[in-house]
Amino acid sequence: MFSGFMIDTWLAASMVAIVAGVVGFFVVLRGSAFAAHAIPQGAFAGAAGADLIGVNPLLGLGVFAVASALGIGSLSRRGRHDVVAALVLVLLLGLGSLFVSWNTEYGSELFALLFGEVLGVNNSQLPPTMILAAVSLIAIGVLFRPLLLASTVPDVAAARGLSVGRVDLAFLVVVALATTMTLPVVGALLIFSLMIGPPAAARSIVARPLAGIGLSVGISLLTLWISIAAAYHWNLPVGFLVGTLSGVAYGVGRGWTWARRRSRPTTSSGPAPAESGRLRLTDGLRD
Amino acid sequence: MLEHIFQPGFFASDEVQTALMVGGVVAVVSAIVGVFTVLRGQSFAGHSLADIGTTGGSGAFLVNVSPLFGFLLFTLTGAGAMELIGIRRARGRDLATGIVLGVSLGISALFLYLDTTIDNTSGAVMTVLFGSIFTISPSTLRPVVIFAVISLILMALLYRPLLLTGLDPDIAAARGVPVRLVGLGFLAALAIAVGLSAIAIGSILSTALLIGPAATAVRLTRRPGVAMLLASGLGLAAVWLGVLLSYDSYDWPPAHHGWPVSFLVVALVFVAFLATEVGSGIRRGMRERNRTSASVGSDLPEAVRS
Repeated sequence: MFSGFMIDTWLAASMVAIVAGVVGFFVVLRGSAFAAHAIPQGAFAGAAGADLIGVNPLLGLGVFAVASALGIGSLSRRGRHDVVAALVLVLLLGLGSLFVSWNTEYGSELFALLFGEVLGVNNSQLPPTMILAAVSLIAIGVLFRPLLLASTVPDVAAARGLSVGRVDLAFLVVVALATTMTLPVVGALLIFSLMIGPPAAARSIVARPLAGIGLSVGISLLTLWISIAAAYHWNLPVGFLVGTLSGVAYGVGRGWTWARRRSRPTTSSGPAPAESGRLRLTDGLRD
Repeated sequence: MLEHIFQPGFFASDEVQTALMVGGVVAVVSAIVGVFTVLRGQSFAGHSLADIGTTGGSGAFLVNVSPLFGFLLFTLTGAGAMELIGIRRARGRDLATGIVLGVSLGISALFLYLDTTIDNTSGAVMTVLFGSIFTISPSTLRPVVIFAVISLILMALLYRPLLLTGLDPDIAAARGVPVRLVGLGFLAALAIAVGLSAIAIGSILSTALLIGPAATAVRLTRRPGVAMLLASGLGLAAVWLGVLLSYDSYDWPPAHHGWPVSFLVVALVFVAFLATEVGSGIRRGMRERNRTSASVGSDLPEAVRS
């Protein structure tokens, strides 16, 4: 399990889990699950198209992911987010199906793009994955304070002269970059669950942003490691394990909150956990 | 000329007839349910139900049942689960929908994997996800029509309470409308519509038929009844044109084996939406220009204006 080509898989998967944990924390904080779902599905068309004309799929992924991020970001500013995002998403998916139908050898390749093929990571995929991971993490680092402010208290952020729309757009581009590196490993349909499940679980356990990000990375690493080990051992699709384990992680997080509220009845009369979490988040931003 | 548009054998082919009928029924139901989906801002719920339907469709392949029943069973169950979690709080709804969606996508990965490895039905991925309207068997037509009628009856019963709750849930509740029950009934109608359109253009593209024509129609008129008629017309036109173009496309470049119906339908729907978007933008721009020129004119002295 730890020899030869599997080393590459473990490395790539660990990077994917770290980036998904960090970026996903903000996806959950901002409630932009729909965008996190739409961008990878749009990127799928890029991969299928690149495959068709014989270019590196990573390039197609990147172009389409960034394009759909920019499209959704610029359209959402007019306040009609969901309808337009849904239509852009299905148009790109339709394009993907067209490209796949033009390709004479679909089937397993399509399945890999949609549901991931972590066991097929090879040596040449490692450097671009590493670079994209570094770029996304640095971008989140640079955006950290404005992003936190714009996500939790958009009015205050706007009053401080921060362009909330521009922060939103920058964040969507980061999601697109993260998508580009994670899609070949976990697949277009399941990056989404890795970006939602572990961060949501982390957020229901701790309220402080940095601790939340740390825990989120930990949970998503654990999820992906267990998934790969199980996929290798029982020859199951990784997507299935990632999807269900992310759901389980969220369930455990919710159970934890529920148990804590039950054991300390005094806190239940105070503000709800989500509320106090939000307050503490903004407290951390004071200069 | 006509022979170029309708290639020989278009109307004689059984597959095409079934496709036209199933597609037509599905387009009308999706459009009518879609108008309220757009008005109520539940596009994400509609899309998630479609993705959840993927799990049912791929599971049906595994146990050798018609995918239609798989789609319907799972979309209805998914709708129930969403209502149970409570999808009315915007933020929690987003997250809860996402979690349910993620888990069910994981399960569909397993089902599709088993479909391709155990049963060796490698076409399953393509059929479930992207639909294949030409391979629908004529026997599917009857259940499709029955479920379509159920969904339409539900919508007819819910029409007035839905309008009222859509405007203001508090007033509706005060007037004795069972808001929660109405929401659940609507989700059931939505689940049926999504399940039906999944059979026609594939589960992950069915959002296009649900949202596209309805969003276009809502942009063109303010009256929900008129919007439903318009949306049905647009949906019908998109599906039938898509089937026709796909039939014609057998000798189109580059592959010479036909373009997928799903892509053509989605592209037509999107073009219609974009056209109204651009059209209303131009009209708004002209109206604003007229207003500014009128106000400039009124500032001028009488003599200059004449």
